[in-house]
Amino acid sequence: MSTSHVLDQKSKTAGYEADGSLASAANSVYETKQLNLWYGANHALKNIELDIKENEVTAIIGPSGCGKSTYLKTLNRMVELVPSVKTSGQILYRGRNIFDGDYGVEELRTRVGMVFQKPNPFPKSIYDNIAYGPRIHGIKNKKILDEIVEKSLRGAAIWDEVKDRLTENAYSISGGQQQRICIARALAIEPDVILMDEPTSALDPISTLKIEELVQELKKDYSIIIVTHNMQQAARISDRTAFFLNGEVIEYDKTDTIFSNPTDKRTEDYISGRFG
Amino acid sequence: MSSHCSPFGVERGFIMRQSVQEMIAQSKGKKNKQFVEKMIPVILFLIASVSVLTTIGIMLTLIFETITFFTRVSITDFLFGTTWLPFSNKEAQYGILPLIVGTLKVTLIAILVAVPIGISAAIYLSDYASENVRRVLKPLLEVLAGIPTIVYGFFALTFVTPLLQSAFPDIKIFNAISPGIVVGIMIIPMIASLSEDAMSSVPKSIREGALAMGSTKFEVAWKITVPAALSGIVASVVLAISRAIGETMIVSLAAGSTPKFDGDFTGSIQTMTAYIVQVSKGDAGYGTTIYYSIYAVGFTLFIFTMIMNIVANYVSKRFREEY
Repeated sequence: MSTSHVLDQKSKTAGYEADGSLASAANSVYETKQLNLWYGANHALKNIELDIKENEVTAIIGPSGCGKSTYLKTLNRMVELVPSVKTSGQILYRGRNIFDGDYGVEELRTRVGMVFQKPNPFPKSIYDNIAYGPRIHGIKNKKILDEIVEKSLRGAAIWDEVKDRLTENAYSISGGQQQRICIARALAIEPDVILMDEPTSALDPISTLKIEELVQELKKDYSIIIVTHNMQQAARISDRTAFFLNGEVIEYDKTDTIFSNPTDKRTEDYISGRFG
Repeated sequence: MSSHCSPFGVERGFIMRQSVQEMIAQSKGKKNKQFVEKMIPVILFLIASVSVLTTIGIMLTLIFETITFFTRVSITDFLFGTTWLPFSNKEAQYGILPLIVGTLKVTLIAILVAVPIGISAAIYLSDYASENVRRVLKPLLEVLAGIPTIVYGFFALTFVTPLLQSAFPDIKIFNAISPGIVVGIMIIPMIASLSEDAMSSVPKSIREGALAMGSTKFEVAWKITVPAALSGIVASVVLAISRAIGETMIVSLAAGSTPKFDGDFTGSIQTMTAYIVQVSKGDAGYGTTIYYSIYAVGFTLFIFTMIMNIVANYVSKRFREEY
């Protein structure tokens, strides 16, 4: 892994201070305070404290079962689909606690899009996949929908590949293309944040590369939080990295710091491949 | 190997005279076992042929007796005649349209009752009910399918009809609405259960994708699950229609026996199946035209249900969603 390359990339991104401290000019989209989560009796997240910054890519790494996916799914409350889940603490999204009784999950998920581990397009045409979000949120005008579909597919760098087959079923294209359709689908409602749950783990290296490049492009307009089990990927694409272990945040810092100079021994062991 | 040096012999306190391999070798020699092995597929084939041959026999009887019927009554009169008067003293008339219309009236009402309720039940079971609720409700729903149709017939005649009459006094004792509703109730479990199977097999990941877009639960069910499961749902409806067309006991008891070629649902009608029951109960002797007419009607019924089953098969294969 070429650290210097990573550093080069970082230096292009504004908002960093020379000493590498966490204090940043960027605003927080998410502030997590004393978050605990249980699956039944299993204490899956323990006292999580994390601030996620605007227009950055935040990577969450850690071994299997460390709670990284759980944390990501808590950010848009998808985790509540598991019947036995209990939470305590707060997650402030743009200053408002997402667990507040009057905060509708639909409202939250309209602002916070998600891309899943395995591509999960709807069994509909490519066009209808992208138009689904705008349609359920009340946009009916065909011309506007056409524009949104094109813009979203361009945004997900897949327009040229599918522009002549918009009426075909989304399952007729390759897995890597399907995943970019899912990204385009999330972009179609112009969310504020995009959560990505190991979005490349089911894809081949070329598709993975395309999605990594896409993430770099997207962070200009969106705040992205990506869970990955691939440490090289985290190093390549993220601005900040959180290392999770056994439901705790062990270390959270700028990505170059985490990968070049971690403070915690366990982080160092993990990134150097001694466990996980 | 000597038979006395078996390793188990001493410790266990009994003596094995031979090794297991020797015993196996001996029993292999028995002709008996090989003969049974060879005969089993033959016997199973014969047993399986019985059901196939029976079906072929029924088909042939149906076809030959129907042909005999058409030597006496012209096929155009049968297919396009609008009067069904087999018991007339002057000149019997065999136009099947009134019986078809009677069948269609009952089927139409049954569909109007069963499709909305059946699909709603399926949506509830697949997208809303918790695992525990589903575990209780689905078998209960399937119990409905086990109720003998004669019970449904009584239910139509002695409960639904009086209820309808108290609301709409114009309705006669025998009518198309009451048996239609009850046939509808009878086919609800079929639609609900088969549609629920189709909807439950839509992967969870697809629903999660829709929920993560900010969809409500109902939007997911209505815009994602139902369209994705549409082929299964349509197939279940078509199969249920075929079941409604063939339904006999309920209409025999509650629909009356007046073949009519009109659009009236409130008075007595007769369906194809009910006519066959009427004749089979002994109103006509063997060899009469009336006797042969039940085969012609039965054959028509068979064509109807066969077309429905083919359509259901086609729909579920052709429109299967890929996911």
